[in-house]
Amino acid sequence: MLARPPSHSPALGPGCAGPPLAEASSVSIQYPAQPTAQVPTCGAASFLVDHNAVNAPGRDPSQHTQMPYVTGSSVLALTFKDGVMLASDTLGSYGSTKRYKSFERIRKVNDRTVLGASGELSDFQYIMNLLDELTTDDFCEDDGGMLSPREIWSYLCRVLYNRRNKQDPLWNSLVIGGIEHGKPFLGTVGMIGTHYTDDHIATGFGNMLARPLFREKHSPDMSEADAEALIHEALKVCYYRDKQSINKFQLAKITEAGVSVSEPFALPTRWDYKHFENPSANAVGTW
Amino acid sequence: MSGIGTGYDLSVSTFSPDGRVFQTDYAQKAVDIGGTVIGLRCNDGVVLGCEKTVVSKMLEEGSNKRTFAVDRHAGLAIAGLSADGRQVVNRAKSEASNYLSFYGDKIPGHLLSERIASFVHVFNLYWYARPFGTSVMLATMDRAGPQLYVIDPSGTAYRYFGAAVGKGRQGARTTIERLKLEQLSCADGVKEIAKILHQVHEEEKPFELELSWICEASGNEFRRVPADVVAEADRLAKAALDESDMDDD
Repeated sequence: MLARPPSHSPALGPGCAGPPLAEASSVSIQYPAQPTAQVPTCGAASFLVDHNAVNAPGRDPSQHTQMPYVTGSSVLALTFKDGVMLASDTLGSYGSTKRYKSFERIRKVNDRTVLGASGELSDFQYIMNLLDELTTDDFCEDDGGMLSPREIWSYLCRVLYNRRNKQDPLWNSLVIGGIEHGKPFLGTVGMIGTHYTDDHIATGFGNMLARPLFREKHSPDMSEADAEALIHEALKVCYYRDKQSINKFQLAKITEAGVSVSEPFALPTRWDYKHFENPSANAVGTW
Repeated sequence: MSGIGTGYDLSVSTFSPDGRVFQTDYAQKAVDIGGTVIGLRCNDGVVLGCEKTVVSKMLEEGSNKRTFAVDRHAGLAIAGLSADGRQVVNRAKSEASNYLSFYGDKIPGHLLSERIASFVHVFNLYWYARPFGTSVMLATMDRAGPQLYVIDPSGTAYRYFGAAVGKGRQGARTTIERLKLEQLSCADGVKEIAKILHQVHEEEKPFELELSWICEASGNEFRRVPADVVAEADRLAKAALDESDMDDD
């Protein structure tokens, strides 16, 4: 068996860097148990603890996990007749600063899966590293096999849930789209491991702004052109109303033919709508 | 205590009086009697080719793999004992993925060859260990361009323009030396390797060609050469062989 890279500690679970199993098992034969801080010298049973907690008694619980730094906004996704479509803008916000304007938040995972992410973008890059390890393993196997979208989705559910159980969540909402046995697959995972599959999905603000549109106009057997028009409309709605977004989008399509992630594009916008002139008039209690 | 080694061939921890480590020499011998493996560094990539004798009529085609990708940009061909070779392949895989997770970049060819060599060498240092009966050819593509390395059972690693190990190495090497490798593309390299393997193959048993490459055509990733390309090279090689037989008659 090939030793797992350190990003998957047998003791701490998927997505955690750390020591091998404290107790010997067939998994830890690859790594003979080394004396570590986790094995008490008095001979008591070994256990796993957080080093920081041990070394700094009286310290407050760590707070860094509650502060995402560079974040991405909504990801929108829907199924259509022969596949799945994902779209998002390419902005990485530093607080409310539009810091990175060409950050690709939708990436190809393998020949039938695409991953889109909102939330902390460095965590997204880490997740992509995890997935790249898996796809490289598949590549080396050289038998034409690869992870299906559902497998990738399940895997990410475990990674995100495991990390939240370590009080160190990966600050993302992920959307996994792909094609499996000729049928479209669309699933999502939240930062605490909440997950579901659906025919249309939106993360972040998109959940409020785009999903009502999807519920109204989406049907699983719609054509590619209709789906694209709908997702363009939804992107525009998000762009009009979400301050953390820019008019530079990417659209990914996954069909039986393969995966394509588009070059960034802009959508035509209008700002002279009657309703835009005095927005507070229609929202009592705002200013 | 009599025989060729006269007691100095029992472990790798003792030199013979004339400065040899017999166990290492014997491991090299295990490679020398195995199927021929050829590597060519062409002007646009590297091609590795193996001659796999078909040991039984009941053998499934494509079994007993001898070329392995260890990362997207690197792959090995193993000569000699294939079971020993797979251990080296596993190690090379971990080295590659470890390097990537530590440095965030793919492992350069020269480092990978060094690390494989160190791993192999360790088995030449302790009386309780047996050297690997395998030489591995490493094909990589990185910033330094395409590179070909050969690591032998003693743990020495050399970089080559073209190399051959195994049973037919002598004949193969003289043919490789005559090739103009800097003008040879991988597409032609595949044909040359097929030709050489047919040339050096001993008549009785049939053999299967296993070819892998890393070049533009494989997307700069280490991949098996597509079946139709191999079949075409095989056909050409056989034709060339028949022709030269006719000339001899």
